[in-house]
Amino acid sequence: MSRPSSESTVDRDVSTVADELLIPITADVDVVTARQRGRDLAAEAGFSSGDQTVIAAAISEIARNILMYAKRGEIALSVVANGDRQGVIVVARDQGPGIRDVPRAMQDGYSTSGGLGLGLPGARRLMDDFDVVSDAGKGTTVTMKKWRRMNA
Amino acid sequence: MATKGKDVQSPLPDPQAQTESTAALLRELVAHLRQNRTQLREEWARRITRAQLLTAMTEEEIFAEATSVYDNYVEALETGTFEALQAYARNLSERIIPRGVETHEVVGIVLLLRDVLARSLFGKYHEDFDKLNRILDAYEPAANRIANTVAVGFVQERERIIRQQQEAIRELSTPVLQVRERLLILPIIGVIDPQRARQLTEQLLRAIRTNRAKVVVIDITGVAAMDSNVANHLVQTVEASRLLGATVIVTGLSPEIAQTLVTIGVDLSEMATVGDLQGGIEEAERLLGYKVVPLEELTPKA
Amino acid sequence: MEVPILKQGHYLIASIQSALTDADLSQLREALIERVGRFRARGVIVDVTALDVMDSFAVRTLRDIAHMARLRGAETVIVGIQPEVAFAMVQLGLTLKGVSTALDLEEGLAFLNVQTQLRIDRGPGRLDRG
Repeated sequence: MSRPSSESTVDRDVSTVADELLIPITADVDVVTARQRGRDLAAEAGFSSGDQTVIAAAISEIARNILMYAKRGEIALSVVANGDRQGVIVVARDQGPGIRDVPRAMQDGYSTSGGLGLGLPGARRLMDDFDVVSDAGKGTTVTMKKWRRMNA
Repeated sequence: MATKGKDVQSPLPDPQAQTESTAALLRELVAHLRQNRTQLREEWARRITRAQLLTAMTEEEIFAEATSVYDNYVEALETGTFEALQAYARNLSERIIPRGVETHEVVGIVLLLRDVLARSLFGKYHEDFDKLNRILDAYEPAANRIANTVAVGFVQERERIIRQQQEAIRELSTPVLQVRERLLILPIIGVIDPQRARQLTEQLLRAIRTNRAKVVVIDITGVAAMDSNVANHLVQTVEASRLLGATVIVTGLSPEIAQTLVTIGVDLSEMATVGDLQGGIEEAERLLGYKVVPLEELTPKA
Repeated sequence: MEVPILKQGHYLIASIQSALTDADLSQLREALIERVGRFRARGVIVDVTALDVMDSFAVRTLRDIAHMARLRGAETVIVGIQPEVAFAMVQLGLTLKGVSTALDLEEGLAFLNVQTQLRIDRGPGRLDRG
C-alpha cells in the first residue's frame, strides 16, 4: 500500500513501500520471529542474501537486548524508498530501565549483565545508520537502517 | 510557453484542497487533450523528427512510443499522481537505452510534447486571455513535474544499467582460481574499494564451500596500498575463511601494507604470511600434503 | 525444539535442524555436556548448516560447549557454517576464537580423527580423564 508521491515533500520523494510490521518481544521465541520476519522483509526489498543475513543478525542482537534489559518491548520493521535507493528500517522500542551511559554502552565489551555486551556495538557495525535514544527510567529506542541501490 | 521562473519541482496542489475552479480547469484541459489526441500526437511526432531526435528508432517505433507517452502524460495530468508515470518512464528507459537513446533526446521529446500541448491551449483559448492564464496556471506546474519525472526516471535507469555492467566487469576480473584440489588462489590486483572488497570476500567464501578448499592463498602483490578499512576487510576475510575450515596464507605483503595492518591492531604473528605467491603455493601444498596436520602451527592459540 | 544428538563411536554429533531460540541453545549445551560425561566421548561435532543466522548468543553457547567439553576430555568441532553467516559473524565481531571449525561433517570427522590420534601419540595418561 504505497502513498502517492505527491503527498511527500518536494525534495526527498520518500515513500513507504510496505506497511510497518510490528513484532512484540516478550519471550525467547520472539527473537527468532523478529529476525526471520526481518530477513523476509529484506528479501522482499531485494537485498542480497548476504545482506539479509546481516540484517537478521542485527535484529537478533537488538531484540535480545530488549528481553534481557527491559523484559518486553517491540520491534517495528518497514521498507522505504529514497530516490534510487531502498532501505530496511528497524525500530526497537522498550519501556525498560534505559541506558544511563549510551556512549559507553556502544563500546565493545561493556556489559551490565555479565554477558559479552556485544549487542549494540555489534549491531551498529552491521547496519548503515544507527541511532540510540535512551532515558534512564523511561526506556530505549534503537533505530537502525540498511540501504541498497535499486537493481532490477 | 510562459515561464514565470518557478521552481520546476513546485508541488502539485493537493487535489482535495484544490478550489473548484482549478479542478474544473484541469478536467477541461484533460478533456481537450483527449479529444485532440490524434492530431496532437501526430504534431508531436513530426516535431520529434524535425528536431532529429530518437534517430536510433524507426518512425513506426517512435509513433508507438509516442502514443503511450502521450497517454501516460495525460493520465498524470488527470490524476495528479506520478507513480504510474515513474514506472512507465523506467520501463520505457529500460527498452530504449540499449537502442542507444541518450538523455538529451528523452528530455527533448518530453519538452516538445509540453510545447505542443501548450500551443494547442493557446489556439483554443486565445480569445479569452483571462481563461488562458488560468488554464496555464493549472497546466504549467503539472507539465514541469512530468518532464522532471520522466527525465529523472531515465537517468536513474541509465545509472542502474551502468552499475550492473560495472558489477559484471568486476566479477569477471577477480576470479578465484582452483589450481589444486582443495587449494584456492585469489590474486588481487589494483585498487580495492570497499564494494569490491566485499564482493571478493563473498566470492571467495562461496568458492571455499563449492571447492571444499582447505587452504586459500590470497596474493596481494599487485595491491599498491590499502587503507585501514580495506585492511580490516582483509582480516575479516581471513577470519571468515577459517570459520569455513580453510586456512588462509597471505602472500605479497608489502612493508606499507604490513604497517597498515599493525596499525589497525592485527597481530601479524597470527596471520600466516609468505613473501611471494610461489612460496605461498609451496607452503599450501606442504600443508595439504600432510595427513596429520599439527594444528598448533595453523590455528591461532585459544 | 530439541536438537537430535547421535553417538558415532567415541563421538557425539549434534545436528541442528532449524532456527533455535536462546532456550533451545542452552538446552543443547546442557544435553551435550551431560552426554560427553556419560559416554566419555572424545569428540563433539555441532552441525550448524541449517542455521541462517548466528548471533552473539549462539556463538557464546558454542564456545561454552567447546570449553566444557574440553574440560571433560572431548574436542569440539563446529561444522557447516554458511558463507554468508560467516561473513555476518566477522562483521559483528564474533570469531569463535579457540574453537575448531570445519567445512562439513566429513571434514569434522577427519579433524577429530587427527586430533584423537595426536593425543594418543603424545603418550599414555593423557587420553581419558576420570
